[in-house]
Amino acid sequence: MDLRNADQGRYKLFTRRAALVAGGQSLLFAALAGRLYYLQVLEADRYATLAEDNRINLRLLPPPRGRIFDRLGTEIAINERNYRVVLVAERAGDVAETLSALGDIVSISEDDHKRIRKELRRKRAFVPVTVRDNLSWEEVSRIELNAPDLPGAGIEIGQVRHYPHGPAISQVLGYVAPVSENELTDDPLLHQPGFRIGKSGVEKTYDLDLRGAAGRSHVEVNAFGRIMQEVEREEATPGKDMMLTIDADLQQYVYERLSSERSASCVVMDIHSGEVFALASWPGYDPNEFHVGISSKRWRALTTDPLSPLANKALTGLYAPGSTFKLLVALAALEAGISPEERFVCRNEWRLGRALFHCWKKKPGHGAMDMRDAIKQSCDIYFYNVAKQLGIDRIADMAFRFGLGSPNGVDLPNERSGLIPTRAWKLGAIGERWQGGETVITAIGQGFVLTTPLQLATMTARLANGGFAVTPHVMRAAVPDPVMQPEGEDAEPVSPYGYPSMGIPQHHLEQVMEAMDAVVNEWRGTAFGKRIEEEGMEMAGKTGTSQVRRITLKERKSGIIKNEDRPWRFRDHALFVCYAPVHKPQYACAVVVEHGGGGSKVAAPIAHDILLETQKRNPAGLVTPDIADAPTPQQKPKEKSG
Amino acid sequence: MALGYSSFRRNVDLSLGQKILQVNWGLVLTVAGIGAVGVVMLYSAAQGSMDPWASRQLIRLFAGLLLMLALALVDIRVWFRYAYLIYFATLAMLFAVELGGSIGMGAQRWLDLGFVQVQPSEIMKVALVLALARYFHGLNQEDVARPHFLLFPLLLIFAGAGLVLKQPDLGTAGVLILIGGALFFAAGVRLWKFALVVVGGLSAIPIAWQFLHDYQRARIKTFLDPERDPLGAGYHILQSKIALGSGGMGGRGFLQGSQSYLNFLPEKHTDFIFTMLAEEFGLIGALGVLGLFLIVLAYGLAISLRARNHFGRLVALGITCHVFLYVFINVAMVTGLIPVVGVPLPLISYGGTALLAVMCSLGILMSVYVHRDIRISRRGLQGED
Repeated sequence: MDLRNADQGRYKLFTRRAALVAGGQSLLFAALAGRLYYLQVLEADRYATLAEDNRINLRLLPPPRGRIFDRLGTEIAINERNYRVVLVAERAGDVAETLSALGDIVSISEDDHKRIRKELRRKRAFVPVTVRDNLSWEEVSRIELNAPDLPGAGIEIGQVRHYPHGPAISQVLGYVAPVSENELTDDPLLHQPGFRIGKSGVEKTYDLDLRGAAGRSHVEVNAFGRIMQEVEREEATPGKDMMLTIDADLQQYVYERLSSERSASCVVMDIHSGEVFALASWPGYDPNEFHVGISSKRWRALTTDPLSPLANKALTGLYAPGSTFKLLVALAALEAGISPEERFVCRNEWRLGRALFHCWKKKPGHGAMDMRDAIKQSCDIYFYNVAKQLGIDRIADMAFRFGLGSPNGVDLPNERSGLIPTRAWKLGAIGERWQGGETVITAIGQGFVLTTPLQLATMTARLANGGFAVTPHVMRAAVPDPVMQPEGEDAEPVSPYGYPSMGIPQHHLEQVMEAMDAVVNEWRGTAFGKRIEEEGMEMAGKTGTSQVRRITLKERKSGIIKNEDRPWRFRDHALFVCYAPVHKPQYACAVVVEHGGGGSKVAAPIAHDILLETQKRNPAGLVTPDIADAPTPQQKPKEKSG
Repeated sequence: MALGYSSFRRNVDLSLGQKILQVNWGLVLTVAGIGAVGVVMLYSAAQGSMDPWASRQLIRLFAGLLLMLALALVDIRVWFRYAYLIYFATLAMLFAVELGGSIGMGAQRWLDLGFVQVQPSEIMKVALVLALARYFHGLNQEDVARPHFLLFPLLLIFAGAGLVLKQPDLGTAGVLILIGGALFFAAGVRLWKFALVVVGGLSAIPIAWQFLHDYQRARIKTFLDPERDPLGAGYHILQSKIALGSGGMGGRGFLQGSQSYLNFLPEKHTDFIFTMLAEEFGLIGALGVLGLFLIVLAYGLAISLRARNHFGRLVALGITCHVFLYVFINVAMVTGLIPVVGVPLPLISYGGTALLAVMCSLGILMSVYVHRDIRISRRGLQGED
């Protein structure tokens, strides 16, 4: 009984304690339920968002870059398939074995091996690592054939920019290369590894159009970044295809013609529309080099080359225009009322105050010269006299109207403005007053004056097209709307292409053009030997030779050292500006040969060949196909999933 | 009498058939149901595949159910007689693990017996319950009030917990101490003594901190501030909360749990299986599973109150507390209420030993019910009153 009583008491206590334990457990379970309610109901939205962030990854689909055609629809910048072999470590089993088997089929350099090993270490096992780029078809098929012996290896297709004409159009087209730090913008495409943008030429000017817009692929990824499935896909908008005014074959011809010189540039354009048919700068570079990734050694060689192959000298080269500038001085003289019949006598020497100026023609000089003869024989003394009467202001005004001293606004990057000196400029830049002698040497295109070959071509075009301020461009515009002539009596006429008139009387222009005709096509003209003899293709032009170094008095006394005997970099630049055909002008051309010597001897023959070839091809008369007729771009190959 | 049965008023020796009828089949069904939920979740954890977890868990579940039933039929007096033996054998196994157990998950926990690998720390939980129940069974109320009578059971608790902590397994050691505390409480130890222990324990925290491993300290620190290291130690808790929260009220649906499917959820088949369940089946599913466990606990409490022998009562309550602590710690851990301590969810998490250990405990619990009317004298089976 004692036992039972004792157990009874113990049981009572136990029951109480058990109830307390049960109550405690119930409370704690209620706490769990409350916690779950808090997380799953009250905070559900917040965590659902976090979960979605965890789950969905945004991947950009790079758009195929727009293609570029010449005016005849020839492809001059395209996208080529680039085959590369990749290795997925987790599928390879023995990575070293697959690599060595691959090495028997395609060459893998020691550098490649190092890079592959590094990437394999860094990346997760399912991320493909590029073993080699730019495989040939033969290599691709050999890899495909041996696939069973190459576990983990696979072929991926990418796109690479290709320029079929290589260096010939390099200066116009430019090139594409990976984005550098200071070029990054909000466009997420630029942040994509391996994305390339235009770095110069048309590729740079029209980069935004050519680039297109990125597509988006929302993919579900797991915690390790492996793609599980695509949730949503928005295709990329391909870049716009573009057509240039360039005639690729003519461009090729011009580029090759320039190659006879060490360093030269040339522009051929339509005097009415401003379309540029050829714009070349020798030496050029191969834009295809940049896509693959140029070596730092090669890059240094390109940038330090004194012939600056990367620069487009037609736009960036600054040269004193020499005697070609006399055309504008003559127009200024006519405008100022100086009679073209007025004669000035050339005796080789000409004195202004205490300074002595010379004509290039040795004693006894040209003799009595009127304006036509002075242009034809490029007499300096005549223009010294005219300039003295005109003053710098009128000369500069005429030069500005012809597009010198400021960029022509061509749709290519890095165009330089050159320099037309004025009183205000000299006071501001040098801090000195303008001197009369400076007007005199400006009149023969020496001294401070600087122009680009493109400006010289534009100048010639404006002169030959009836005095309209045409501007050059390389992008083929849509068919222009018919131009309405402005109404009202005082209104200046505009050209059929909408270019405003420069307000120069037609007979002034004709007088200068007639003299340019004489330069080439009359005996004693400075370029007579280089005239075009083909019927109806005759050209008119003006030679120019610009001094790189001032000839000192001492040198003049001891006899001028011949150009050929000076070091290359001190030799004169040879210039020639011209248009053709003489009687119905269509094409303007400017040729500048750096340190080439005399304009008539060096630049004129090149211009002769180029203008003749241009007229034979007659790009202005060619019917350009609509860009829509061009073959459709290749579909961007689908990325093989890793 | 060789055995002290004579003092019992009723002959309660049941035949095998009678015992089987006495087995609490409702409890068996509930346990099987929870186990089935586990198999389904493991199927989902493998992204809709029986391999590698669900099929093996299913086999273990059947084996476990059979083992549970077999243990339920073992006479409670056998458990009483061998309680200390089981305890000290387990203690010896813990020593063996300490000397040469294989390393798993950065801790020495496994003992390879040749034919089977066991985790002695899992067995220790049952063994401790049996040993303490037997000890307190032999004390009357006056004895319990005397402090020196408490020294031996304290030694039982801390010997086991100390060795488990040494492995190191903070979670299990804590569970052992809590189970011990629950049995002390049920046995009638005065409340002020618990208060004394709690105060003493709190003041010992700075000292205990010195003995903790770096990863254990990191877990506690991370618990106190989960954003401290979202990609490191805090990653588990954060990802678990994200998965839970994104489940919402109704869940994403079976096999639709994106967070676990995409591997954002760590250890989804073991410690964090409840998170996956709550993501796929939402609050409703989570509360449903908690409800099933609540049924088991209710059975356990009822069994402890129905038992006519004090040993059985204490065993039943100890095992109930054991199951409760498992469930509570696991769920509180994955919901971010307590630090990550690495305790599986009983009957659902993948893992053989844990599953079998819980099933054994429940088997013994059922044994208490089957033999609820057997009386055992205070001094034990051979005592004369």
